[in-house]
Amino acid sequence: MNGTGESLTKGDLILSLRGVSKQFGAVTALADIELDIHAGEVVALVGDNGAGKSTLVKVLAGVHQPTSGTIQYMGREVNFDTPGKALEMGIATVFQDLALCENLDVVANLFLGHEVNPWRLDEVQMEVRAWTLLQELAARIPSVREPIASLSGGQRQTVAIARSLLLDPKIIMLDEPTAALGVAQTAEVLNLIERVRDRGHGVILISHNMEDVRAVADRIVVLRLGRNNGVFTAESSHQDLVAAITGATENSVSRRAARKLEEAER
Amino acid sequence: MTDTRPTLDRADTRVRHDEGIAGAVRAFIDRVRSGDLGMLPVAVGLLLISAVFTVLNPVFLAPNNLVNLLFDAAAVGLIALGVVCVLLLGEIDLSIGSMSGLSSAITGVLWVQSGLPLPLAIVGAVLAGALVGLLYGFLRNRFEMPSFVATLAGLLALLGLQLYILGPTGSINLPFTSPLVRFGQLLIMPAWLSYILAVLPGAFLLYSGAQTIRRRAEANLSSAGMSVVIAKAALLTIALLVAVYYLELGRGVPWMFGVFVLFVMVLNYALTRTQWGRSMFAVGGNAEAARRSGINVQRIRLSAFVLCSSFAALGGVFAAARLASASQQAGTGDVNLNAIAAAVIGGTSLFGGRGSAWSALLGVLVIMAISNGLTLLNLSSSLRYMITGAVLAIAVIVDSLARRSRASHGRA
Repeated sequence: MNGTGESLTKGDLILSLRGVSKQFGAVTALADIELDIHAGEVVALVGDNGAGKSTLVKVLAGVHQPTSGTIQYMGREVNFDTPGKALEMGIATVFQDLALCENLDVVANLFLGHEVNPWRLDEVQMEVRAWTLLQELAARIPSVREPIASLSGGQRQTVAIARSLLLDPKIIMLDEPTAALGVAQTAEVLNLIERVRDRGHGVILISHNMEDVRAVADRIVVLRLGRNNGVFTAESSHQDLVAAITGATENSVSRRAARKLEEAER
Repeated sequence: MTDTRPTLDRADTRVRHDEGIAGAVRAFIDRVRSGDLGMLPVAVGLLLISAVFTVLNPVFLAPNNLVNLLFDAAAVGLIALGVVCVLLLGEIDLSIGSMSGLSSAITGVLWVQSGLPLPLAIVGAVLAGALVGLLYGFLRNRFEMPSFVATLAGLLALLGLQLYILGPTGSINLPFTSPLVRFGQLLIMPAWLSYILAVLPGAFLLYSGAQTIRRRAEANLSSAGMSVVIAKAALLTIALLVAVYYLELGRGVPWMFGVFVLFVMVLNYALTRTQWGRSMFAVGGNAEAARRSGINVQRIRLSAFVLCSSFAALGGVFAAARLASASQQAGTGDVNLNAIAAAVIGGTSLFGGRGSAWSALLGVLVIMAISNGLTLLNLSSSLRYMITGAVLAIAVIVDSLARRSRASHGRA
């Protein structure tokens, strides 16, 4: 509710990470990460399994604290020491595991931690806002009064995304948002991402699906083994991107492509 | 329904929408079949138990026996109310019996021995409960100590403290003419007040139901319809009036029980209509999800433990009032088990995230009916323990089976 204190114009720098590192014991999950997020742009974060994407998201969401490095948010240096603080400052996250309470209904999940009227919950107003939001996303939820446990995977993803938008955040981070979705719902989510971007929010999209990434991303930031490994645009070639992700121009993807090409020529 | 525009929540044509009384009944049957039993097992259980005991000894159903039952139920019921709070989080407090015993001892010592005014003594006892709850919450939050271990340690420690402050005599008699003992043994609501209080819930249900329907209509949302609200309110009012009429054939409705029901209603409101209550269910359902949505999980846990121990302490004061004494035996024996059993039998899940304040009320009625009926049959306490234990086991089995069924039907 206090997400948009200052208004942003497209292109303003919202978030910038400098030299952010995170260690779990002997494991360096992130090393010297540099990342800038501007208003009105979609930044895709790609990388192989174990590249540190999820760790980076968790650092920004306040779940993990960085071991070293600085995070500047709206021009000020900040610490996201709790998830609540990150959320309050306007960084909303949709985690891969969605983090929904299965025993609560859709309305309760959407407004969890931010209920209207804490001492006398205004169920009617919350339900109206829930339906309005879900209709904006063209979401097909049978009833907002059913517990989450009775919804399908795609419907849960939709609820999770809707929840992140509720507080009108400056940045929304989506961790593999389309992994569990059908064709139409994927398109809806991509539309939604563009709509969110056009409203002037920054979007961080994490995905393994290069097609989705190219469809919406303005910049593609590649991570490899916890380090920055190049920034690309949607126009960059597929080979370059794959090479950056796997760390070599000669990789399993290129070898497979070459073999297919050979077979076709024969 | 002349409105051609579909209401906001009825746009999806694939979903069956239940309207009117028939719809409400159909939705209820659907819920039960999928394992969402709610209050059904306890209602059926109460009827069965009453039928069996009445056949075995008709005195069971005599108005004055039921009045006594309500007197007995208040103390354990209050303790069970606290247990509901911790069970909702998937935690447990095994020291509630000792806490209630300690609190009755504190009341006795402060009031009778030290001569403090009675209200101060009661406040002192409840504060002691709150402190113990704070300690449990701290151990759980700071050291991630499983609550059953922390409270098992508490069970012993609090019992020791109770014996220590009672001293060598081991028992303090509370004066019979004092307001506390009269409250615990004699005080009955006037008949007119009982009838008014029996009508009020139905009237409130009607009023709030009409309000909700009006507000939902204004917001372009559908409602189940006024007929359902009227039917519910009528059923509730008739049931309460019959109950009060029957109790008035005997001594009437005990104040003690009235105070207990008031606490149940307050907790019910807090659990269902406030942000705190929503957070309790969220933490019980998925603590990590709750944490990520900005809920202070540790503070919620702390509040649950403090409430539980405080209710246990207040229950201990009620028990002392009922027995007119604070003794070494207070809070020992089956108090622990009865209170936890009451909450579980009433439909609060041991696995967290499901339950309601009403389960303490219904559950304690079942437990007390069993205990009272077995006493009327002149069964020894050995048999009573065994039977109560079996009833608790059955309640937990029903809870587990219902949970499995809910999972397979896609409900939480």
